[in-house]
Amino acid sequence: MSQTIPQQPIEYNMKVVRQFTVMTIIWGIVGMALGVLIAAQLVWPELNFNTPWLTYSRLRPLHTNAVIFAFGTSALFATSYYVVQKTCKVSLFSDKLAAFTFWGWQAVIVAAVITLPLGLSSSKEYAELEWPIDILIAVVWVAYLIVFFGTLAIRKTSHIYVANWFYGGFIVVIAMLHIVNSFAIPVSFTKSYSIYSGAVDAMVQWWYGHNAVGFLLTAGFLGMMYYFVPKQAERPVYSYRLSVVHFWALISLYIWAGPHHLHYTALPDWTQSVGMVMSVILFVPSWGGMINGIMTLSGAWHKLRTDPILRFLIVSLSFYGMSTFEGPMMAIKSVNALSHYTDWTVGHVHSGALGWVAMITIGSMYYLVPRLFNQKEIHSIKLVNVHFWLHTIGVVFYIVSMWISGVMQGLMWRATNSDGTLTYSFVESVQASYPFWTGRFIGGVFIVVGMLLMAYNCYQTIRAGRRETAAGNVVQTA
Amino acid sequence: MDYGTWRGVFSLIILAIFIAIVFWAFSRRTKKQFDEAANSIFEDESSVDKSDKPESKKDE
Repeated sequence: MSQTIPQQPIEYNMKVVRQFTVMTIIWGIVGMALGVLIAAQLVWPELNFNTPWLTYSRLRPLHTNAVIFAFGTSALFATSYYVVQKTCKVSLFSDKLAAFTFWGWQAVIVAAVITLPLGLSSSKEYAELEWPIDILIAVVWVAYLIVFFGTLAIRKTSHIYVANWFYGGFIVVIAMLHIVNSFAIPVSFTKSYSIYSGAVDAMVQWWYGHNAVGFLLTAGFLGMMYYFVPKQAERPVYSYRLSVVHFWALISLYIWAGPHHLHYTALPDWTQSVGMVMSVILFVPSWGGMINGIMTLSGAWHKLRTDPILRFLIVSLSFYGMSTFEGPMMAIKSVNALSHYTDWTVGHVHSGALGWVAMITIGSMYYLVPRLFNQKEIHSIKLVNVHFWLHTIGVVFYIVSMWISGVMQGLMWRATNSDGTLTYSFVESVQASYPFWTGRFIGGVFIVVGMLLMAYNCYQTIRAGRRETAAGNVVQTA
Repeated sequence: MDYGTWRGVFSLIILAIFIAIVFWAFSRRTKKQFDEAANSIFEDESSVDKSDKPESKKDE
């Protein structure tokens, strides 16, 4: 299949990439600010203002949906559409379908913003949205799948770059997970019941839940890593061969790890043990990928001193390594006996979400924004640096607070007196957690302030780009 | 073959496939192709004259 390389600059569809990029930043601020609000509610419960719509129970799923599906997934849409076009040297398979995925996905998010505070929920974690929205998600996702794989099919290059493999794996598996986990019997327009029951329901839910972590929050963002880290470092990935093994190892192992969410429950013991073993094995491909990303910088470490965008990308990988070490450890049943249901889990999730997912996204957005809006550089590299430190300090504050409170809660809950009675009542453990919940709130504020700086910085970059374009100085973006 | 035996066999098949992938990925034959792939993302930069740089014509 011999290809001639076109001499003309390729007309890429950057409109949809721009739209998703801007929404990534906006939803990032919304989702993280919501997180700060509910963190504050745990310290100052009056902050729900006695309004049902503002209660913790309703805003917490809105926070998780906003950061995972609005912020994170918009970033994945933006970067996957960018990377697949750039590496396949061809425009998107269908501009109309791509536009549909943008507006459809925004509609899903708006629907979530309306229904979750109203208390309309299927009560499945990370899959709370009711059935009409689930159907919309499925339709948008199939359109995404067609656009992405259609673009791969019409590519002008012979090889499919590894980032696309990760994006492709993420898109296919999320379609499968979402559709299977969302099977439900509707009883009215706003209420449905899952077709699964009992332990099967729990297992399907965490098969979905953990693979949403594994494929959306990991494989998708690894796709981002395999493109933007080499690009920003201006060096090819450390080992392309390792990246191939990384892909197959990761996707074949992740799918089995779900049962570690259900240790010591009604789930059969053997299933729990399989989940534990597979989770521990997952450490290997995770660190393989992390090493591959970080070592891309080997011989160019000095770039970290001067380039805060690269620092975002590389530090995200350090957090990835940290949380993929912590995760397998927490999946071991005896460790889980201490950590489960405590703040340690919350801290672990956020070291992954704020450390890995948010930082690689922020780095990629700083890379993308100037290129998408006809600028050579971001408006202020200084502000990027400030953002980097605000974010890093915020994440560290957050996870250290949660480690301490988590381990403390676990120890307090299991402490018994010599006569076998519990040493502490539950409310005593709540009281002891207050200082750490305040620490988490402070960490969250740092992160949101950083995100606001990012929005300002990107806004200025976009404005400068618009001004130049209006002046007729249209530059072909790289 | 009962359910349990089949699962054991299936695990072995997957293991064999995985080992084959590792050997394939690290074989000398694929080195050139993978090096080109790793560098392919830099091709669109600064309007490199692609015309005098023949690309790998291998089928995937």
